[in-house]
Amino acid sequence: MKQYENKKSMELRAGFGMGLVEAGQQNPDVVALSADVCGSVKINDFAKAFPDRFVQCGIAEANMVGIAAGLSLCGKVPFLGGFAEFVTGRVYDQIRQVVCYSNKNVKICGSHAGISLGEDGATHQTMEDIALMKVLPNMTVLVPCDYNQAKAATLAAAKYVGPVYLRLGRSKMPNFTEEGAPFEIGKAQLLNEGSDVSIFACGHLVWEALEAAKALEAEGIHAEVINIHTIKPFDADAVVASARKTGAVVTCEEHLFNGGLGDSVAQALALCCPTPMEYVAVDDRFGESGTPDEMLTNYGLRASNIVEKVHAVLKRK
Amino acid sequence: MKTIQELQKIATQVRRDILRMTTAAKSGHPGGSLGTADWMTAMQFNIMKHDPATFTMDGKGQDMLFVSQGHITPVIYSTMARRGFFPVDELRTFRLFGTRLQGHPSTEHGLPGIRMASGSLGQGLSVGIGAAVGKKMTGDDSLVYTLHGDGELQEGQIWEAVMFAGAKHVDNLISTIDYNHQQIDGTTAEVMDLGDLKAKLESFAWTVVVIANGNDMQQVIDGMAKAKSLAGKGSPVAVILTTEMGYGVDFMQGTNKYHGAVLSADDLPKALAQLEETLGDF
Repeated sequence: MKQYENKKSMELRAGFGMGLVEAGQQNPDVVALSADVCGSVKINDFAKAFPDRFVQCGIAEANMVGIAAGLSLCGKVPFLGGFAEFVTGRVYDQIRQVVCYSNKNVKICGSHAGISLGEDGATHQTMEDIALMKVLPNMTVLVPCDYNQAKAATLAAAKYVGPVYLRLGRSKMPNFTEEGAPFEIGKAQLLNEGSDVSIFACGHLVWEALEAAKALEAEGIHAEVINIHTIKPFDADAVVASARKTGAVVTCEEHLFNGGLGDSVAQALALCCPTPMEYVAVDDRFGESGTPDEMLTNYGLRASNIVEKVHAVLKRK
Repeated sequence: MKTIQELQKIATQVRRDILRMTTAAKSGHPGGSLGTADWMTAMQFNIMKHDPATFTMDGKGQDMLFVSQGHITPVIYSTMARRGFFPVDELRTFRLFGTRLQGHPSTEHGLPGIRMASGSLGQGLSVGIGAAVGKKMTGDDSLVYTLHGDGELQEGQIWEAVMFAGAKHVDNLISTIDYNHQQIDGTTAEVMDLGDLKAKLESFAWTVVVIANGNDMQQVIDGMAKAKSLAGKGSPVAVILTTEMGYGVDFMQGTNKYHGAVLSADDLPKALAQLEETLGDF
């Protein structure tokens, strides 16, 4: 199987911050907004490099979304950053009306997504954001898997014209994709070819999926691992082709069962190629305080959990 | 530039349009539309620096207007059509399936003159601030105008935006509040009293202009000219525009009954009899 190495664990939000500075250098119309969490979401480097292109909005996310939409009218490419829950769930209606329905070129960047945020607890740990953002017409939903890809996704979002939700985590996670690799919006990324089962993963769970594939390989099970870094537009062709080949599917995400990657996969398969499938996701509950490691382990989002689900789905083949 | 008499004539025709559009559609919001007809007419024809012939989404070099209480589409569309943004005859399609004249303003249907959807209340001031900040960033010295219902000020986002604009000196922004004291469930005093609105806005570092009678064209023109003269002086400018909901038809005035209710086909002629057909009906 193809080997991936964790060069150094890094935060996805930091990859976003680096990407944003680079996007700012490439395009003078790129501007950034934050709601008093400039440092937390790594917009501070951009704000230092381009003080005239940074709008500090204070603790007022709804207003920030409207300001971003207004800025986009003047040809700006606004990136607004905040904790994922507070720039999605808190401002859902604002995003719906002045970003998506009005189809404005606004980039919503949600850091601290998922339970790996850790100790802050459930108020800050959104596991619903993919669901909320993907149901909005005109919205593109990006869930990069590591630091390098978060940076590449940020640059891709800056070039793409239209609303984008970029989902980012807080904690240090393995950085294993190639630095500078292009990010193609809407295109699933084949990480490992296999013939027995298809593992579709997004975000932090992609690394866990690769670890699971390694363990399965030792058992003689050849798992195909595909990184679905774009939840919308969804690469149904790649998903269906892989499912047809392997005849069994496991999806992995740091999100609720409802409305996440798994549901997008299930929908594509139900329409084109009904296939036995298992979810690795969080089942209809909120998170809690704990270290990132404790959270992922106790909520069943580890490579070992993926291996279990693969065994389960193979019995249904 | 129109004379006061010409503007009054247009506003009267706009009121006819509002009533005919809403009765034909059997839905819509005539009350606030009638009340703001004078202001909207003044804005479209005299106050704003803009040109329907060269409308662009980015509004570069042109004044922009965001109507935050999107439900007053009858007056928005009528004044836009009368100003030349689209054919007056298209007013017939208001709220009909397939129309560009959606129940609430939309950009999705490509109506020239609309830059942002509104309808879900409380969002237009933030959008206006964004456009105003964007104009400053791009060195564009034209102005951004917003219009809000007074009941709409109950939305929390409004006060986030009011705080931002004052603190950040967004002084190329002129925001008008349609102060008609009415909302769906009753008077603003009954539903959620706005208190001393002028003092509230001033305490957020806004400069406030009061137009005592927003249904008097001369006062509207003078008040908005004053507001314009105060732009660029370090503070956002608010205009408290006192109007009467339903103004122009005696039995529709001074009540919230026609906020979101339209005249029946039987009552329409009685109302139209009070409004001269000055420019020709659509």
